[in-house]
Amino acid sequence: MGSDVIISIRDLVKSFRAPDGHEVRILDGVTFDVFRSETLVIMGGSGCGKSTLLNCLIGEYSISGGHILFRTERMPEPRDLAAMNESETNELRKRFGILFQSGALFNSITVAQNVALPIKEHSQVPDRLVDTMVTVKLNLVRMLEHRDKMPAQLSGGQKKRVGLARATAMDPEILFYDEPSAGLDPVTSAAIDDLIMDLSGKLAVTSVVVTHEMDSAFRIADRMVMLHQGRVLKIATRAEFETLRSADPASLSSRQDQLINQFLNGYSAGPLTDEQGRSQYEQLLISG
Amino acid sequence: MSDVPASELPTASRPLWRRSVQAVGESVSGTVGRCGGQVRFVGDMVDLLFQTLRWLFRSLFVPGVRLRRPLLVQQMVRVGVRSIGIVVLVQIFIGVILALQMAPTLRDYGQLERVADVVGIAVVRELGPLITAIVLSGFAGASIAAEIGAMKEAEEIKALKAHALNPCHYLVLPRFIATVVMLTGLAVIADIVGVFGGFLTSWLVLDVPPAIYIDLTRGALDFKDFFTGLFKAAVFGMLIALIACCEGLQVSGGAEGVGRATTMTVVKSIVALVGVDAVFTAVFYVFGI
Repeated sequence: MGSDVIISIRDLVKSFRAPDGHEVRILDGVTFDVFRSETLVIMGGSGCGKSTLLNCLIGEYSISGGHILFRTERMPEPRDLAAMNESETNELRKRFGILFQSGALFNSITVAQNVALPIKEHSQVPDRLVDTMVTVKLNLVRMLEHRDKMPAQLSGGQKKRVGLARATAMDPEILFYDEPSAGLDPVTSAAIDDLIMDLSGKLAVTSVVVTHEMDSAFRIADRMVMLHQGRVLKIATRAEFETLRSADPASLSSRQDQLINQFLNGYSAGPLTDEQGRSQYEQLLISG
Repeated sequence: MSDVPASELPTASRPLWRRSVQAVGESVSGTVGRCGGQVRFVGDMVDLLFQTLRWLFRSLFVPGVRLRRPLLVQQMVRVGVRSIGIVVLVQIFIGVILALQMAPTLRDYGQLERVADVVGIAVVRELGPLITAIVLSGFAGASIAAEIGAMKEAEEIKALKAHALNPCHYLVLPRFIATVVMLTGLAVIADIVGVFGGFLTSWLVLDVPPAIYIDLTRGALDFKDFFTGLFKAAVFGMLIALIACCEGLQVSGGAEGVGRATTMTVVKSIVALVGVDAVFTAVFYVFGI
């Protein structure tokens, strides 16, 4: 694990047991590194395993095989998430910030209390200083005037902004984003992207973004990982993916590049849909 | 037609004996599955109980682990204070019903004033804690399950974990303590109000002199009766909190799942309360407590 690598994922396997007792492998040998201070976008079609991967990275799901190694400022030697006990995982989580798809604000407390919660729970900071920190964080996401509102009074985009303020409350080293633009109009989506880039620049955090919104992905990414059927199809810089995106599908020789080109451009016809169509047909045949 | 194996025939075309055997098999399999589910639920409750007790111990004795008093007070108000009115109302009726039901039989034996003994013992040992717990299972238990279930569906529980906050410490412990403490307190109120209901009925309807009623009640009741009732109330509080929190934490399937958890909390609580009460009564009877 190189010194500039903050997360190293090696041969990650995650399986679930289906109701009929069969093991379903969602992630199958996923391997890649996340470098310090970069914005890495994880993308892929629905059901490719990107949300499962995020849940594994934040310790929500236990993994079935492989390793997820973290190296933070407080933990200079790489540690495997799977080998950590509850209190070690919680110590690591204090170095994370996570923006959930819905914002996941606590509905029974105000916006300011939501942002203050992690600070109050994990530090001995006096109330007046907590208040100042909350003001700074809310100002950063341009939500200061809404500090005394309840989450139910906010729009979807505003909830995500507050979620982002809460995610950055403890000055994390790593920020995870779960579909930050999902369900937002293009303008609000672009505003959230600007905020992500702004925060990455100002706070110098490492950002891991799970999304299938391509415009958003190309705006914010330094590097991109494409997952397909639980495996890494390609990991490359944004520029390389941009080249693949703008290429004429007929000019692409490899099936993998054709598949990526189809996904990035959202074409309805191509190897991706052929494959999905075929597998659906096979499923139909099996189920009779 | 005769060449087709019976297993491949449409259900309606299969022989009657085969359909009967299949129906019995499916019924047995379903019952075993449901029983297995209930056993797993009890296991989850026991696991949650140990986790809660561990967090209670740590909150009380480990420096830096907070009990979160504001959350606790908030839950106590919600579970206990807001339930006082309905508990008082129900227990008054229980006192009235007991007095009126027992009066004809006791009058036949010329012992009408002994209605005070019956109401006192029945309310303080049994009906005060039990009826209060049943009321609370619908009033507070269902609301706890719905609240935690809705939080789970809104990813709030996931967010708690992501912020290194343990849901058992943050959500379950305050509700557990609040339900146990407030149910015990409400049982005291229920005892007083239930006996008072019997007293009013005996005085105003049955013409039992108030002084005799009070004297007989004091003679019939012992501290032992009072404390066994309160002990039961505390255990009932634990049961309601654990069932409600367990159901809430296991919610899946959106609004329908939350509704199902709420209903199941009330159903499971009532069955558990009556079952545990029967066990306590049998144990107290055997040991003469």
